[in-house]
Amino acid sequence: MSKLKITKDTKYTVNKDAIESLLTELKKQKFKTIGPIVRDETIIYDELENINDLPIGLTDVHEAGSYRLKEREDKALFGYNVGPFSFKKYLFPPKLTILKSKRVDGKIKIIKENESVEKLAFFGVKPCELHAILIQDKIFIEGEYIDNYYKKQRDSLFIVTTNCTEAGSSCFCTSTKTGPSADKGFDIAITELLDGDRHNFIIEAGTKNGLKILKELPLVEASKNDLDTAEQKIKSASENMGRSLDTSNLVELLLGNLNHPHWDDIAKRCLSCGNCTMVCPTCFCSNIQDVTSLTGDENERVRTWDSCFSMEYSYIHGGAVRASNKSRYRQWMTHKLASWQEQFQTLGCVGCGRCIVWCPVGIDITKETKAILKQVTAQAEQSAQAEN
Amino acid sequence: MTHLSNNKPVDTQITNAAFIPEMFVIKKIRKETEDTFTIELAAENGETSFEFLPGQFNMLYVHGCGEVPISICGDPNRPNKLFHTIRMVGDVTRAIRRLKVGDMLGVRGPYGKEWPIEKAEGKDIVIVAGGIGLAPLRPVVYHILNNREKYKRISILYGTRMPSDIIFNKELESLRGRFDIDLYVTVDRADQKWMGNVGVVTTLIKNSNFDPENTTAFLCGPEIMMRYTAIACQQQGLAPENIFVSLERNMKCGVGLCGHCQYTGKIICKDGPVFNYDTVKDLIKKREI
Amino acid sequence: MKNLESYLADHPFLKGMGKKHIELIVGCAKNVRINPGEYLFHEGDEADLFYFIRDGKLAMEVFRPQKGSIVFNTLGNNDVLGWSWLVAPYIRHFDCRAMDVTRAIALDGNCLRKKCDEDHELGYDIMKRFVNLMEDELMALRLQLLDIYDTPIK
Repeated sequence: MSKLKITKDTKYTVNKDAIESLLTELKKQKFKTIGPIVRDETIIYDELENINDLPIGLTDVHEAGSYRLKEREDKALFGYNVGPFSFKKYLFPPKLTILKSKRVDGKIKIIKENESVEKLAFFGVKPCELHAILIQDKIFIEGEYIDNYYKKQRDSLFIVTTNCTEAGSSCFCTSTKTGPSADKGFDIAITELLDGDRHNFIIEAGTKNGLKILKELPLVEASKNDLDTAEQKIKSASENMGRSLDTSNLVELLLGNLNHPHWDDIAKRCLSCGNCTMVCPTCFCSNIQDVTSLTGDENERVRTWDSCFSMEYSYIHGGAVRASNKSRYRQWMTHKLASWQEQFQTLGCVGCGRCIVWCPVGIDITKETKAILKQVTAQAEQSAQAEN
Repeated sequence: MTHLSNNKPVDTQITNAAFIPEMFVIKKIRKETEDTFTIELAAENGETSFEFLPGQFNMLYVHGCGEVPISICGDPNRPNKLFHTIRMVGDVTRAIRRLKVGDMLGVRGPYGKEWPIEKAEGKDIVIVAGGIGLAPLRPVVYHILNNREKYKRISILYGTRMPSDIIFNKELESLRGRFDIDLYVTVDRADQKWMGNVGVVTTLIKNSNFDPENTTAFLCGPEIMMRYTAIACQQQGLAPENIFVSLERNMKCGVGLCGHCQYTGKIICKDGPVFNYDTVKDLIKKREI
Repeated sequence: MKNLESYLADHPFLKGMGKKHIELIVGCAKNVRINPGEYLFHEGDEADLFYFIRDGKLAMEVFRPQKGSIVFNTLGNNDVLGWSWLVAPYIRHFDCRAMDVTRAIALDGNCLRKKCDEDHELGYDIMKRFVNLMEDELMALRLQLLDIYDTPIK
C-alpha cells in the first residue's frame, strides 16, 4: 500500500488487478454487486462474481431496431454502450408486493411486512444510466410523496460509474447533457485507458464511501499524460455521438404542436408494443393489481411496471382516454421530452438510445423530433414569406 | 392515523406507507339513483376523525378487487363523518355497491388540491355540476352554508340526464327552501311529468345572477360539460382565471408516483384534481390528452 | 304600448338596437297569456308569431306515437321563443305547452317580415340576433345529443 494521501478531488491510475480488488472489496463490505454480464447474446446487468464475468473484449453495435454483439480487437472491460437492461429494475422492481391483506371472521386485516432490502452495488454504471437514476430519484424520493422501497434500496446503494470513451451509433447523451462522463452522483468513477499492452484505469472517489473503498486499492496518482488521454477519449466520444437531439426548445415544439400531422405519421409505424417504455431507464409508470387466493380471503396487492402504450393505462369509466395509437405515442414522447420538464425540472431522456434500438420498427425519437421541428420551421418560414 | 389535509407526505419511515389503506367500516348505505349510492364510513374503533378539504379525494379499496379514486362529499366541518357518493361504472365501484353495512373498506387519503373556497370569499359564487359531478362540489356547498356571510350571491346550477338521475334529492330540496341561494336543476330529457327545467346545464348560466367582475365559478362534471360550461361562463363576462374545474384520469396510486393521471405537465392526483381553468383551457380542447 | 316598448328596449336579445328599429318592432307586438297545460302552438301550425317570455315556463315537446311526448327544452323568464317565422314555409316543428301561467309578448312575424323586406338594415340586424339564438340552441342540442352523463358500460 502506498503512502499516498487519498482524497476525493484527486484522480488516480490503477491497473486491471485493482478492478478485481474493487469487486473483492465490495464483496467484503457485504455488497451484492450488479454489473454487466453477457447473456442471450446481449450485455445485461446481473450479479457479478469477478472480473471475468464482465463482457471483456466485446462491444455492442446499435441501429434503429437492431442490436448485435461484436468482438473487439482489444480486451476492454467496458468497451460497450448499453444493452436492453438498465439498473432501474433494482430500485423500482418490475413486480413488487406492496400490501398483503387477509379476511378473518369478516374483518379485513392489513398485513404490514417488514421488507428488508439487499445492500447493492451497481458496477459499470454508464453516465447515462447514472443520470437515469438521478432522474428517478426526483420522482420517487425527492417529491411530495416517497416510494419507500425505492428509498430504502437507494439509501444503501453504492455506485461505480464507468465513463464512456466510445459512443454508440444510437447514443446522444451529449445532447441531453448526461454523458459521456459523469461529474456527480457516483461513489467511484472509472475511465478505461487501453493503448496496446497498457491497460489502465483512471479512478476517483465521489463520496466518502467511495473514498473508503478507494483507499483499499493499489493507487498511484494519475499522470498528466493519463489524465490528458482520458480527457481526450471522453471528448472524442462526446464528439462522435451517433445521434443528436436539439433540446433547446422541446417544450414549445412538442406541447405547442399536439395536433401536428407528424404524430399521425408516427402512429402509422408504431405498433404500440411498449418496448420503448420497458427499456427506458427513466420510465416510471406502474400499475397495481390484486392477486387473490381462490377463497378470496387472502390477497396481495402487486405493483408492476406499466406502459402508457396500453389501452388500460388511460382507462376511466367508459373507455380509454387515449384510444388512438397516435395519442399514446404522443403521450410517451411529449412526456419524455417536454412535460417531464414541468413535472421534474429535467428532461426525461438521458440519450441512451435504447428506445431506438429496441423498437421493433425502428422509430427514432431523435429523428421524429427533428421531423416535427423541420416541418414547423418550414411552416413558420412560409407564413413569414406570405406576410411579406 | 396520518391525514393529509395539508398535503403533507405520509410517514416516510414505514415501507410503502403511501400504499397502505386504513380499514373503515360501512355504517350506512343510501341509494341515490339506480346506479349511484352514498356510503358513510366509520373508523374501525368508532372514533372517526377524517379531516379533508372540499375537492379532495380518497382511494377506496375493496379487498381482493381494487382501488378507485372517489371524491369526499361530506361536510368538511364534520370530520367525524366520512361520506362518499359513488356511481357504479366499473368493477370496483360495483364491488363497493355489493358491500353491506358492517363490511370493511380500505381508505387512503385525503389526496389532491382543493377548491379555492377561501380565495372566493367576498364574491358571488357560481357552482355548476353535471351528473355525479355534484358530489365533489357538495363539500363546497356545505362550506358556504357554514360560512354564508362570507360570500355574496350563490347560484347552484345542476344538470343531469333525466329526473331519475338527480342525486342528493333531500339536500337539494332543503337548499331550494333557502332564500339566500339560487338553485336551478335541469335535465337533458324528461317526460311530461317533470315540472322542472329541460335543457343542458350550460343554458342555465345566462339567466343566473352574478357579477362577472366579482365571481368565482366552480365546475364539475364530464370534461365536455365543463368545457362548454366554461365557454358559457366566459360569454357572460367571467374571466378564465375565475373559473375552476375538477379533472379526472385513471389513477392507481393517488400520490403522483404511478404516472397514470398525467395531463401533460400536470399530475392530476397531486397538482389537481381542481385546476384553474386558465391553466388548462388550451389543453382541454385537445383530444386524447 | 309604452310598457311594451320599454320592456323590449331593455331586453338582452335586443340589446343595442336603435330606437327607430325598436319602434318598428313594437308596432308588431301584443301581450299574450297562457295557462298551465294549454298549448301555445302545435307541430304543423302556421308559425306566424314569435315570443319574448316575460314570466312563466314553457315546455318544448315532440310527440312520439304510442310513447307520449318528450320534453327536450324548457323556456322561462326573458327567453326568446321561435324562429320558424323567419324560415319558409313558416311552419311549427314542435309543440309548445305552458307549465306555469306564462305571460309573453308576441310579435307578428308576417308584419315584421314585411318591415324587414322594406328596411334591410332592420332585416340584417334582426337576422344577426336570430342567428345567435339559433346557434345557442344548436349548441345546446348538440350537447344533449352527446348524452354526456351516460356511460357505455351498464
